[in-house]
Amino acid sequence: MKRPGVSLSIYALGAFLFLHLPLLILAAFSFNASRFTVWEGFSLRWYAGALQDSQLIEASWNSLIIAIFATVVSTIIGTLCAYGLWKRSSPVLTGSLYLSLVTPEIVTGISLLAFYQWIFRFLHVQLGMHTVILAHISFSIAYVVIVVMARLRTVDAQLEEAALDLGANEWQAFRYVTLPAILPGVIAAALLAFTVSFDDYVITSLVAGVDSETLPMVIYAIARRGVNPVVNAISAMIVVGFGALILISERLRTT
Amino acid sequence: MNRLRAWFLAPSWAVMLALFLAPLAIILAYSFLTRGTYGGISLPWTRESYQRLADPIYLAILWRSFWIAGVSTVFCLLLGFPLALFISRSGKRKDLYLSLVMLPFWTSFLVRTYAWMFLLRDTGLINTLLQKLGLIHSPLPLLYNDGAVILGLVYGYLPFMVLPVYATLERLDRNLLEASADLGARPWATLTHVMVPLCAPGIRAGTILVFIPCLGAYLTPDLLGGGKSVMIGNLIQNQFTTARDWPFGSAVSLALMAVVMLLLAVFVRRGEEGLL
Repeated sequence: MKRPGVSLSIYALGAFLFLHLPLLILAAFSFNASRFTVWEGFSLRWYAGALQDSQLIEASWNSLIIAIFATVVSTIIGTLCAYGLWKRSSPVLTGSLYLSLVTPEIVTGISLLAFYQWIFRFLHVQLGMHTVILAHISFSIAYVVIVVMARLRTVDAQLEEAALDLGANEWQAFRYVTLPAILPGVIAAALLAFTVSFDDYVITSLVAGVDSETLPMVIYAIARRGVNPVVNAISAMIVVGFGALILISERLRTT
Repeated sequence: MNRLRAWFLAPSWAVMLALFLAPLAIILAYSFLTRGTYGGISLPWTRESYQRLADPIYLAILWRSFWIAGVSTVFCLLLGFPLALFISRSGKRKDLYLSLVMLPFWTSFLVRTYAWMFLLRDTGLINTLLQKLGLIHSPLPLLYNDGAVILGLVYGYLPFMVLPVYATLERLDRNLLEASADLGARPWATLTHVMVPLCAPGIRAGTILVFIPCLGAYLTPDLLGGGKSVMIGNLIQNQFTTARDWPFGSAVSLALMAVVMLLLAVFVRRGEEGLL
């Protein structure tokens, strides 16, 4: 087995620094006492500021509620879908799921906005939390299906046949044989759906109403006005939180 | 069995039809309608929005988006290939290195873009450091230009290149590389004549996975390019908000979708879908 040479290793080190240093620097400066990019000593003032900001707190709650609803629904629907596709393929459904994954976010966002506005002609509702949650469910499903499908490929289909031969009905075979086998994949898919939902800005900002401002929308609004250490503090918390979720998800996918 | 299977697929069919395919059908219809007096849409049916796409102002934006996405993709390939090669030769630490590639990717895209604003702006870390060191006297204009947009896109989508290239390098028969070396090929010749051609499926998949999101990028040109670096995504967003020309915005969106699907049709060969 060929080992990487010295120059390739040095290159890789540089590439990993490129990938990680910007976020590490951002996190480091969230502890800076100064408002400016000059180190003036350690301080938690930006964290205190972030945690006392009522707009940020409210937006975080909105993001959390949206992400939880979207995750639960898209995980259930996506898991059932992956299982159904495992039994027999459906090229049209698979195709539209892949298409939803490669469609640029801005196109997904404006098409949903146009669709909602059209529906609202007949129903007396407005943009709000519900429209955001529905949008998030629709773009999360493809992620769930792909992760659960990958897990299903490692499952022996004969186990279910054995269960059926032994008198289980189809639902019982799914519920007691296959589902336990793919559960780590399902949880990994749910964590992935949660981070994708919690992080989304482009689609959310187009279909959100006045009462449904999310955390990424607040961060974006502050970032447009320039750099603010409070955003560094929120970012650091998001990076650590997401990093933990994704590491757990990766563990579950590979075990 | 078939009845139960239908129930498993029914909810996802319902969601895809109602919240993905129907909205696309709506903008398809809108793109052939006329702009309403106060925004929105009205009759009659017309192809005017598509004819406007040929206007030099909009052609310039399309061309610019292709150029920025193309340059970003080339950089991702040049930076990603050696990294994938390194990981494929790292034995037991492969999984660790792959996680290191993926980890920043799964942390908030918005936060990662903001991190570059923090580094590149006039009073950002890079300019501050350079001024402290006395290398420059006035801040360099690092932010709000095409270079910053390309940097942000490369940073954002590099993992999409590394993963499929790594997947093909993993499957590569190492005997072929040894044979090439035994027959007297220098490392560079082995790379360009053996390794790269054998990795073509991975390179194709990576290219498409990077190019498509770069072409439709909205957030990166918006935050790192300032108002100056307008790409297709910003044009679409603008038509639906400030300009209030929904038919034209819909037409641009569908043109973008058509390009995406064309690229997929050309680049993705049968049996290689697994790499995506």
